[in-house]
Amino acid sequence: MRAYIIRRLITTIPVALGVVTLVFFIIHLTPGDPAQIMLGETAAAADISQLRANLGLDKPIPVQYLSFIKGVLTFDLGASIYTRKSVAESIFEVYPATISLALCSMALAITLAIPLGALAAYRKDTAIDRGAMLASLLGVSTPTFCAGPLLILVFAANLGWLPASGREGLASLALPSITLGMAMAAILSRLTRSTLIEALGEDYITAARARGASGFTVLFKHALSNALLPVVTVAGLQLGGLLAGTVITETIFAWPGLGRLTVEAINARDYPLAQGCVLTISLSYLLVNILVDMLYAAIDPRIRYQ
Amino acid sequence: MKRILTTRNGAAGLTLALGAAVTLTFIMAAIFAPWIAPCSPFEQDLYNGLAGPGPGHWLGQDRLGRDILSRIIYGSRISLTVGFVTVGISVTVGALVGTTAGYLGGKVDEVIMRVCDIFLAFPGILLAIAVMAVLGPSFTNVVVALSIMGWTGFARLARGQTLSLREREFVTAAVAMGAPPARIILRHIIPNLAAPLTVEATFAVAAAVVGEAGLSFLGLGAQPPTPSWGAMLAEGRQFILVAPSLTVWPGLAIMLTVLGINFLGDSLRDRLDPKSDRKP
Repeated sequence: MRAYIIRRLITTIPVALGVVTLVFFIIHLTPGDPAQIMLGETAAAADISQLRANLGLDKPIPVQYLSFIKGVLTFDLGASIYTRKSVAESIFEVYPATISLALCSMALAITLAIPLGALAAYRKDTAIDRGAMLASLLGVSTPTFCAGPLLILVFAANLGWLPASGREGLASLALPSITLGMAMAAILSRLTRSTLIEALGEDYITAARARGASGFTVLFKHALSNALLPVVTVAGLQLGGLLAGTVITETIFAWPGLGRLTVEAINARDYPLAQGCVLTISLSYLLVNILVDMLYAAIDPRIRYQ
Repeated sequence: MKRILTTRNGAAGLTLALGAAVTLTFIMAAIFAPWIAPCSPFEQDLYNGLAGPGPGHWLGQDRLGRDILSRIIYGSRISLTVGFVTVGISVTVGALVGTTAGYLGGKVDEVIMRVCDIFLAFPGILLAIAVMAVLGPSFTNVVVALSIMGWTGFARLARGQTLSLREREFVTAAVAMGAPPARIILRHIIPNLAAPLTVEATFAVAAAVVGEAGLSFLGLGAQPPTPSWGAMLAEGRQFILVAPSLTVWPGLAIMLTVLGINFLGDSLRDRLDPKSDRKP
């Protein structure tokens, strides 16, 4: 297992370096002068050159690149050009909100998806299966920016049961979590169904049935425990995406997380903050992917011996 | 009816018919928009801003009194054009890069796959958002941003398939006859990837439609007054209490389009890959 972890970490280093490089060059490939774009068309030449000097844009590209890498390694990603607050501090401030939303959405998705997928697999090719899969296809086909406003319309505007935006108390978690949870539940239930159908056709299931095990025991004790491995992987990857911030959902519900901070920074053309957010999101996504791989290898010994 | 709902072939046929009908309806709406839209999508009627459904304006009017139905019909042009053009570019680039990596193997394969991993390290449409923030909002830039994000999936698929195809006898025969790698890739491998790439491309069109709407929703895609479903949804959100139809109709248009294309993709996968058994 240790050898697997070391191998996995070594293969991640060039990818992480590639991500850092890509994020660096996204800003530097901007047509025109980034300092001019940040300050606007009417900015004075002195202000532009001052900002260029502050951001280090007046230095040669290789020097800027090395200084950027050094900044990433020491968590010094510069400061926001508007609030003057350190980028790392701004990101750490909003991260708890993103984590709470991610965990709540994932819990909801798993609670919905596994029973639904199991039921569809157990009643394969019946109206129940078709209904469950139609519901999940509807979930897959409903983008969060469609579901979110519609949920606000029904549960906040018309019924007045739940708050429409902000982060005040547990109730404010409900609508953004449902919006994200439904989309993920749709994918997970389809995966649970297909892996369970495959597992139900295995010899050990026939053996369990021959020993007189009930349908419930066969499904939940024998089949589901084996079928859940790919579901755990996909759920882990989805959680990685959620922990990395959900840009659109956080914007819809004015949820003060990393995704919303990213959009605000981009709209304000606050490039140091935007660069820091994009980098944090992608590197944390990469980190969670590694953790999921390790978890998968810990659960299934076949993976680590490949 | 019961038979259609419960048998596999009946349900698959129904799904295919539904998917094709919905997708074709939106494609026709996009092509014939000037003839079927009741009004110009840009024509303002400020006295009737946020008016509900009525004669001449079946789905109501937006903040500036523009006809919502006409803007939805014209909006399908943006969504579907971005969807098809983005996927066209992504499939072409992805298939060429993926087959090259898979066929040549070794260091070329290693480098290409690590580049793919770098692009895949950006969750959701984050990379497209970052690219749009730098390039600025425009139709071409939306296509560029979504294509930068979309080619990796096709490259991985093409590479995986090529690894098995290159061991097949017809490829060995072509190599023995002295065919150069470029000819083997273009004439022998890529034609054999048509089925899996078509299925993947169908789902990718749906993803690109969602991507375009998402970027426009965030204000990074099509700019006013261009009718775009995502931008309409974003504008409607501000008036959700007084005029919910501004949010409901564009939302429904996006959902139906994506659902129709996903139905089509599901059915194609069932037909072109009998082993899949409707994988998610």
